Amino acid sequence: MTPTRYAIGFLCAFGLASTAIGGPRETLIDRYAAAAKAADAGFAGFSAARGETLHRTQYNMGKADTPACTSCHGNDTRSAGRTRTRKPIEPMALSVSPERYKDIAKVEKWFKRNCDEVLGRECTPLEKGDWLAYMMNQ
Amino acid sequence: MNIPVRPVVAGLLVIGLTAAVLTKARAGGDDYFPPVKDKLTVDECGSCHMAFPPAMLPAASWRRMMVELDDHFGDNASLDPQTAAHVTRYLVDNAADAGGRRYGRKLMKGVPAGASPQRITELPKWVREHDEVSRSEWQHKDVGSKANCLACHVDANDGYFEDD
Repeated sequence: MTPTRYAIGFLCAFGLASTAIGGPRETLIDRYAAAAKAADAGFAGFSAARGETLHRTQYNMGKADTPACTSCHGNDTRSAGRTRTRKPIEPMALSVSPERYKDIAKVEKWFKRNCDEVLGRECTPLEKGDWLAYMMNQ
Repeated sequence: MNIPVRPVVAGLLVIGLTAAVLTKARAGGDDYFPPVKDKLTVDECGSCHMAFPPAMLPAASWRRMMVELDDHFGDNASLDPQTAAHVTRYLVDNAADAGGRRYGRKLMKGVPAGASPQRITELPKWVREHDEVSRSEWQHKDVGSKANCLACHVDANDGYFEDD
């Protein structure tokens, strides 16, 4: 990649970031970041890689039929998943479901339910931020 | 003038009966249950499973279900109090023994008055209507759950649950 391309890439990324500033998604990420920092002073930002691990790990810690996020959401973040009653779930990847993660109350509601079902507990702000970083990157 | 009475009467009878049958068919007859029209109820009930028509259960069932959402068939489906109150009101108002009586009456056959059954799939009439469905059909990968009405009743989202 040439330096020019790097520069263009950087400017595009910067442009996207600045158009997004102040949106509900950023508010949500900021909120999780503040809570993560409060829990651990060494917090150094969210990681999409950690988010992917969270998404794919077979925990078997919650309900028997939902050992992992992928039990319902499927292995491909860009494809639809399905609930246990076989109702389709829109893909989680932001690139194919651009309306996702705008409604803070909705995001919180589903983290609460689904973390409980998969992990048998609530997710930490660090886990929520990592997972969102992963999906926004997809 | 000599009007042939019998053929005219017979003709009118046929027309009348046809009209009656068609009207019933349009309303879906026994197999029509008006779908949920309230947006909040569709959103809240319909994200994990089909938003089942309120006329499929009596009011007592919906009331009980809505206060037991923290253990909703094994899942914690609790809602904030304001949302829960709104959804409860809609379901109760349109229940099989309330606003939805016209559609739900037959499905309530064999359900004791005041009872609050929680599973539509355990109502006596539902069980009878589905007795021809084999175990292997229920377990088919595209069915998977008795809550998956749409697997067979392709127009269920529009309220039609006729035999397919």
